[in-house]
Amino acid sequence: MSDTASFVRQDLAPQRPAPLRARGIVAFARSRLFNTPANALLTIVGVLLLWAIIVPTVRFLFVDAVWAGADRTACLAETAGHPVGACWPFVQAKLTQFIYGFYPEAERWRVNLTFLLAAILLVPLLIPRVPAKTTNALLFFIAFPFVAFFLLYGGGLQGFVIGWVAHLVSTFLVAIGDAGARLAELGAGAGGASSAFPTLLRVVGEGIVWLSTFLLYVSFPLLWLRDQILASGQPLWADVAATAVIVSAVAFAVGGGIRTGWRALLVSLIVFAIIAGLIRAMGLDRGGLTVVDTRQWGGLLVTLVVAVTGIVASMPVGIALALGRRSTIPLIRLFSIGFIEFWRGVPLITVLFFATYMLPLFLPGNFTVDGLVRVLIGIALFAGAYNAEVIRGGLQAVPRGQEEAAAALGLSHGRTIGLIVLPQALRHVIPGLVNSFIALFKDTSLVSIVALFDLLGSLRASFADPAWATPTTLFTGFAFAGIIYFVVCFAMSRYSLFVERRLNAHQRN
Amino acid sequence: MAATEAIVTISGLNKWYGDFHVLRDIDLAVQRGERIVICGPSGSGKSTLIRCINALEDFQEGRIVVDGIELGPNLKRVHEVRREVGMVFQSFNLFPHLTVLENCTLAPIWVRHMPQKEAEATAMRYLERVHIPDQANKYPGQISGGQQQRVAIARALTMNPKVMLFDEPTSALDPEMVKEVLDTMVDLAKEGMTMLVVTHEMGFAKEVADRVIFMDAGQIIEANTPDQFFANPQHARTKLFLSQILR
Repeated sequence: MSDTASFVRQDLAPQRPAPLRARGIVAFARSRLFNTPANALLTIVGVLLLWAIIVPTVRFLFVDAVWAGADRTACLAETAGHPVGACWPFVQAKLTQFIYGFYPEAERWRVNLTFLLAAILLVPLLIPRVPAKTTNALLFFIAFPFVAFFLLYGGGLQGFVIGWVAHLVSTFLVAIGDAGARLAELGAGAGGASSAFPTLLRVVGEGIVWLSTFLLYVSFPLLWLRDQILASGQPLWADVAATAVIVSAVAFAVGGGIRTGWRALLVSLIVFAIIAGLIRAMGLDRGGLTVVDTRQWGGLLVTLVVAVTGIVASMPVGIALALGRRSTIPLIRLFSIGFIEFWRGVPLITVLFFATYMLPLFLPGNFTVDGLVRVLIGIALFAGAYNAEVIRGGLQAVPRGQEEAAAALGLSHGRTIGLIVLPQALRHVIPGLVNSFIALFKDTSLVSIVALFDLLGSLRASFADPAWATPTTLFTGFAFAGIIYFVVCFAMSRYSLFVERRLNAHQRN
Repeated sequence: MAATEAIVTISGLNKWYGDFHVLRDIDLAVQRGERIVICGPSGSGKSTLIRCINALEDFQEGRIVVDGIELGPNLKRVHEVRREVGMVFQSFNLFPHLTVLENCTLAPIWVRHMPQKEAEATAMRYLERVHIPDQANKYPGQISGGQQQRVAIARALTMNPKVMLFDEPTSALDPEMVKEVLDTMVDLAKEGMTMLVVTHEMGFAKEVADRVIFMDAGQIIEANTPDQFFANPQHARTKLFLSQILR
């Protein structure tokens, strides 16, 4: 063939298996482990290193470990008759403390029930084959948090949405009016009409008072409704009914009125019926369950509450900030950039300290927020800022043509973002997002420095117990906590890989 | 044809990118059912021109009227126009996270508020018209470039547009797949669709175009019937261009 330019193939060459020396363990060892002297050396060093790590670990955790006992004496070398490794009876004895913290023993069924509910709702959400994902997601992300709150914290409801909104509005407006009045007083009290500054203060102060009075008049229908509800004798049920009527009417109107609004109306009524049923079932109208203050919460319960809330709440924050940072409206863009850079520039410990010890000093006296809630908000915003940058990376990876194609089909900007851009962007950044979720899960241990006893905090508290003071208690405890953290983080990591493979199955090119 | 029959009217259109004057005094009236092929060297503004028609690009001077909907420099009635104008891109721009069928039902469902069943039936009808109903449940990444571009055509057609814009629809295709896309476009032309096609496929221009427009430096240099355009180009720039691409 080399001597002529013309060639025509008669038979197509068949596919053959690779030669034997390219397959199998021996081939692997020869080509990957011992192919050069340097690699052979590295292989040997690596094996020795593994040996040096694995053997003592196994000895500590299993071989030399003590498995049963009632107190510290079981875990002493004199009693056991050999050098003692892990002291597992210690973990056994303290397990309830690790899980519930100081949650009252009689009420622990509430924690168990919450865990069970979470598992029942979360597991089908994570398995792609299970149907009804939308309902499932709504239950887990919207309904479950409320149920979990009343289960874990307890307490009943005095009012519902209208009462709450009216309270918020009136408190806010009265506070503003108060501030305005004080400003005006300051201006008047400073005297000396010669200078312009006190006059300015007075004018601004009176302006604010006037504005708040005006807004109070505007919100009069709301406040009047609230008063009627309070006077009805059954404030909670009256409020639920009033809210149901208003929301259903709005849903009916938004859904298209007489022509197509019936479906929206029906959905709204069903939702409110479910809410009423839940209120009834949990006895929220009769004071609900005994209140367990968040200061009594602890252990794995706090770790999971903080981590799950942080992860779930940080996603919408991150998406909103990432979109805001790409917005063409300068005010939104500047706000997003400022917000992201602020939260990224501040250490989480500072955020937690600020939320726990400084914030109460700034808020008006009658306005208190639970310590755990403050921490949750701080962590959600902190993680949200990190997620925002990860998601922004994903947004940049979506080609400009995708938005153009959606626009050319007549899709509005919001739908283009929601249906075309975000689904693709989030797929691109699953590894990055899971990375920050895992980091967040481990960062929850920082809450122990602001007097919240998470898993690690409960663990450290248990070390102080003299009944279990042995040379290996500390190592056993940390090994146990390490295993729990590892199991959760590893599960997240594997699940994210599974999702990635599944979502990208169609992008083989 | 009477002037009142014009479905797209462009008058006094000027556009700048910063200081760069990309479109200069474009006047063009497209009649209902007319097929126009726009050609010209790269950077001549032909893509920018057709992207102005469905407001993917804004412009600073002039007016564009599509089916009675006026599009001024402030692009107020963008969405109305886009519902009437379909577009096919050089790089397909199918949505990779949706199946072929979902690509075709997305706009009818979300823009026209069509029930899902009806939207799927419509989409299947158009997929049959471009001869790929059997690929409906695959993802864009699993089918060939030619098939992807045909899906893109079907996707645009599901919105039942009055005008179709094609922005170099065959430039990103392997040579073996150009024909299947061009055949689809010829079919569409035979059904009477109003089409504005930016392309260098001169065979296509000769076969279906009513008018060929040659652009350079943001201006329309020459417009004529394909017979006259290819046989008897008037402007020196047109002659040079044709001598370069027709071998």
